[in-house]
Amino acid sequence: MLCGFAFTVLAAADATAVDHPEDGHAEESFKAGEYIIHHISDAHSVHLFGKHSEGIPEVSIPLPVILWTGDGLEFFMSSAFHHDTEGKVKVPLANGKSVVNYHEKILYAADEMNHGTYASVDHESHQPIGMQPIDFSITKSVFGMLMIIILMVIIFRAVANGYKKRPGQAPKGIQNALEPLIIFIRDEVAVPSIGEKHAHRFTPFLLTVFFFIWLCNILGLIPFFGGFNVTGTLGITLILAGFVFLITTVSGNKHYWGHILWPPGVPLPIKLILVPIEFVGIFLKPTVLMIRLTANITAGHIVILAFVSLLLIFGEQSQALGLGVGVGSVLFMVFMFFLELLVAFLQAYVFTLLAALYFGDATQEAHH
Amino acid sequence: MDALLSPSLGTMVWASIAFLLVLVILRRAAWGPILKGLKEREESISNSLNEAEKARQEIENLKSDNEKLLQEARVERDEILREAREIKDQIVAEAKGLAKEEADRIVTNAREAVQNEKAAAVAELKSHVAQLSLEIAEKVIRLQLADEDKQRELVNKLLEETNVN
Repeated sequence: MLCGFAFTVLAAADATAVDHPEDGHAEESFKAGEYIIHHISDAHSVHLFGKHSEGIPEVSIPLPVILWTGDGLEFFMSSAFHHDTEGKVKVPLANGKSVVNYHEKILYAADEMNHGTYASVDHESHQPIGMQPIDFSITKSVFGMLMIIILMVIIFRAVANGYKKRPGQAPKGIQNALEPLIIFIRDEVAVPSIGEKHAHRFTPFLLTVFFFIWLCNILGLIPFFGGFNVTGTLGITLILAGFVFLITTVSGNKHYWGHILWPPGVPLPIKLILVPIEFVGIFLKPTVLMIRLTANITAGHIVILAFVSLLLIFGEQSQALGLGVGVGSVLFMVFMFFLELLVAFLQAYVFTLLAALYFGDATQEAHH
Repeated sequence: MDALLSPSLGTMVWASIAFLLVLVILRRAAWGPILKGLKEREESISNSLNEAEKARQEIENLKSDNEKLLQEARVERDEILREAREIKDQIVAEAKGLAKEEADRIVTNAREAVQNEKAAAVAELKSHVAQLSLEIAEKVIRLQLADEDKQRELVNKLLEETNVN
């Protein structure tokens, strides 16, 4: 529901953004759609504050840009673009060509500036033309993910040390804080879904996925810190869902495959319908996991940003109006932040629970 | 919008590497020891509870043992007391019997002694009477020789004397 609302907001905002360029004021007026998309999209730097295009000094954490050009790997820091995302600043590569940052896509630069950009794009669809370098950059989402991973290793090593140092004793400190969650995943997610016999094989994966998603979700909710949207980045959730798919497929037993490929006790005509559906289901289940997580987290960000946009749109009309709307907007944003904190946990839990259920399906013993 | 909806290859590569790495590291360095520690603690707690239950049972047993011992001691004491009472009664009865026998014997002895004394006294009396009779007879015989009257007088006189005696 939240998703639907968020995407409606986005579509409406997009429509207004598209409608206006002919006005001539397009450059100045605030475009909510672009603003929101810019904030939830992946980027090549972690933006902290300021806006280069409006002449406000911009402060951001530069991230490494890594490109595969066909001739070899190219490496430079994103600060080489000087905050430009319009394809106006060329960065020369070792192979003689140069690249620009065009809306966070790294594209080869043309010799001539065309429509205010060096980027080799089709100026109607904004799609890149011709061969482009393959981007292996540490983007904002990858950077956020790496931070979370380092944090997780530090935190959970500390937790593990608690068990090693004081075996059999009551938990203390961070160990005490996280133990209920670990036990929750083990006893309420893994064991009931998979069964006592196989649960221990999947518990480490489920714990990793749960804490990874949860911490990434929370990272995305920290204000003034880059606006990370790690679990709203399709590339990352795709990999998470891919792991679930791989583990389900690899650990599927005879019973599991039997039910998919030749369901017992079903008449042949129904089998002909059921088998393709079941087969598609194998891929559909992890895909749904991916979409649910990405959409929910992105939607939360969009709604919060929509309230910010609301404030800015009215603020552009008149200061008093902006102030008046601002009060309501901020109250709604506070409410949304609390809701998103809940969603951050809930989505991590839902992803883990469904992954556990799929593993349970795959390892279930025949019982009839 | 399309940047949002199309996964980038680079992100996917990094995500795969990073997630696999964290999975392997945490599995080795964290989840293993944590899950093992949790399991061990749960086992030790359940063991401790079982042991406590066992100890409680033992104490219960000990208590009932004590109770039994006490009961036995009580029974034994009663037995001893009863026996003592019996022995006392027996001793008293025996003593009574003995005393009676002794008393009977003493009485019998006394009776015999009295009988003997009496017999002896009778015998002595008899011998005295015989003596006296002899003396009287002697005197009678002597006077008879002198005068018949005188003899008679004498016998009467002697008889009177004897009566007086």
